[in-house]
Amino acid sequence: MKELFRRAPKAFTPGEQTPEQGTPDNMWVKCPSCGDLTYVKQLRDNLKVCKCGHHMRLSAFEWQGLFDSDSFIQEDGDIAPLDPLNFVSPKDNYAQKLRDSQQETGLYDAMISGSATLMGQPLQVTISEFEFIGGSMGSVFGEKIARAAERAYGRRVPLLTINASGGARMHEGVLALMQLPKVNLALARLGSIGMPHISLMTDPCYGGVLASYASVADIIIAEPGARIGFAGRRVIEQTIRQKLPANFQSAEFMLEHGMIDMVVPRTDMRNTLARLFKLYTMRDASATPIPADV
Amino acid sequence: MKTPLSAWDKVQISRHVQRPRTLDYVRVLCEDFFELHGDRRFADDAAIVGGVGRINGRSVVIVGHQKGRDTRENMRRNFGMPKPDGYRKAMRLFHHAEKFALPVICLIDTPGADPSMESETRGQGNAIAENILVMAQLKTPLVSLVIGEGGSGGALAIGVTDRILMLENSIYSVAAPEASAAILWRDSSKAPDAAKTMRITAQDLLEMRIIDDIIPEPEGGAHNDADNTVRLAGARIMHHINELSQMPLSALLDQRYQKYRVMGAFTTLSTSQTNEGDALPFV
Repeated sequence: MKELFRRAPKAFTPGEQTPEQGTPDNMWVKCPSCGDLTYVKQLRDNLKVCKCGHHMRLSAFEWQGLFDSDSFIQEDGDIAPLDPLNFVSPKDNYAQKLRDSQQETGLYDAMISGSATLMGQPLQVTISEFEFIGGSMGSVFGEKIARAAERAYGRRVPLLTINASGGARMHEGVLALMQLPKVNLALARLGSIGMPHISLMTDPCYGGVLASYASVADIIIAEPGARIGFAGRRVIEQTIRQKLPANFQSAEFMLEHGMIDMVVPRTDMRNTLARLFKLYTMRDASATPIPADV
Repeated sequence: MKTPLSAWDKVQISRHVQRPRTLDYVRVLCEDFFELHGDRRFADDAAIVGGVGRINGRSVVIVGHQKGRDTRENMRRNFGMPKPDGYRKAMRLFHHAEKFALPVICLIDTPGADPSMESETRGQGNAIAENILVMAQLKTPLVSLVIGEGGSGGALAIGVTDRILMLENSIYSVAAPEASAAILWRDSSKAPDAAKTMRITAQDLLEMRIIDDIIPEPEGGAHNDADNTVRLAGARIMHHINELSQMPLSALLDQRYQKYRVMGAFTTLSTSQTNEGDALPFV
């Protein structure tokens, strides 16, 4: 069984972490779902999906491996966060938190964006990084999505957003909240030229992300087991004073309740996306495709 | 001279049980009004009221959160926390306003969207997101006034407007102070600290250029002279609606796009800064 698993054809290769960030190859990883240990290299070969089917989180960097090799070109990489509220409290200091997260992740903020091709199809892409303050949506996050949508509009290419976020970034106050209309306005403009936005929800997608671009996409795809919701589980349990069912707010639960279009395993993701995008960019296969203006 | 109030004082005033609510504005301001009910999908959510009415001889659509004044009414109105059905009722009224070219007045007063299993199951996140999208493109002028609490996405779902006004002692926050404290420090009793740190007062938001206008309140808060506060607010709202109504639609929509497009605080680094891969001194 193990051998079969190992020989499964690779759907894509996750981007390699830089040596100081990545786990050394000679380590074993314990699956948080089934508790089994898997050799790191083997896990990576299977896109960090455990034998039990549990999808472990990919970093924003690793997700770049979804695209045609070396096709991802970062854009707007020069945007960095500020501390607009001078957020200092006895327990928390935003400026320090930003510095620490930047050191940890090597990113300026919780979002990487750029252009890429997927099986030849040019795309604009945004990928959120959950390890950076819970993938929270602040000004940089919102600005990068708005610019990606505007670039997709200008270049007449589809937009793919790969999402993992706990919600709006508290430390930026109402400025963070106002990113919701900002990104939705830019998406509306993209929609006006008939270019699709596909939202890929990975674990987890909560709060502000769900209440804006991620849930008004033309197509919503979730990874198996991804937790998706507006209010967090803890908040709801405190409000109703009882335990919630285990599958509540799972991708499968959301599919059953009509909130998303499909649940797609990571190993099928590249193929699924390529086929979908093709249906919108090559609407009549006998005619010439709509040229991308890259 | 008025005594300076702390952010936490304002939180208390914004939640005062006698503070004028949406239906008080309707009663004082409208020469005529019909409440319109239901989302035509599932329910009529009493946490949001809306309808068509006339102010200063002008037909308008009004949509607002509605809190109760006693426990019984608060239960019925879910403390002003809308479920998806409430937002979908609001959306229906936005489309209605667009169809008949009526300006929209949104009155914001909610601790936040309802956090419950049924709201999640019926798509709370999606309901809010869809409203934001619809308001962003609505082909008629929209003006919002925060009359009490502007709590998070629950407020924004009826708050994407051409002009955003706040009463002097109202608040607008990314999450209610208690929720912010729970998220940040896992301790909702630190809400007063959150209120101060997160800059949620009308004065803070005007300074950050998020809102456009502040309506003064009598000393101690709007409840001390409710009808006059409401009349003053009504006059300011109609002033903004008159201004917006004179703009061509395309200019109005462009201006709305720009209004939200520039919101946010970030810096753009120079090439030399971004090339220094080892140092990350960004803030």
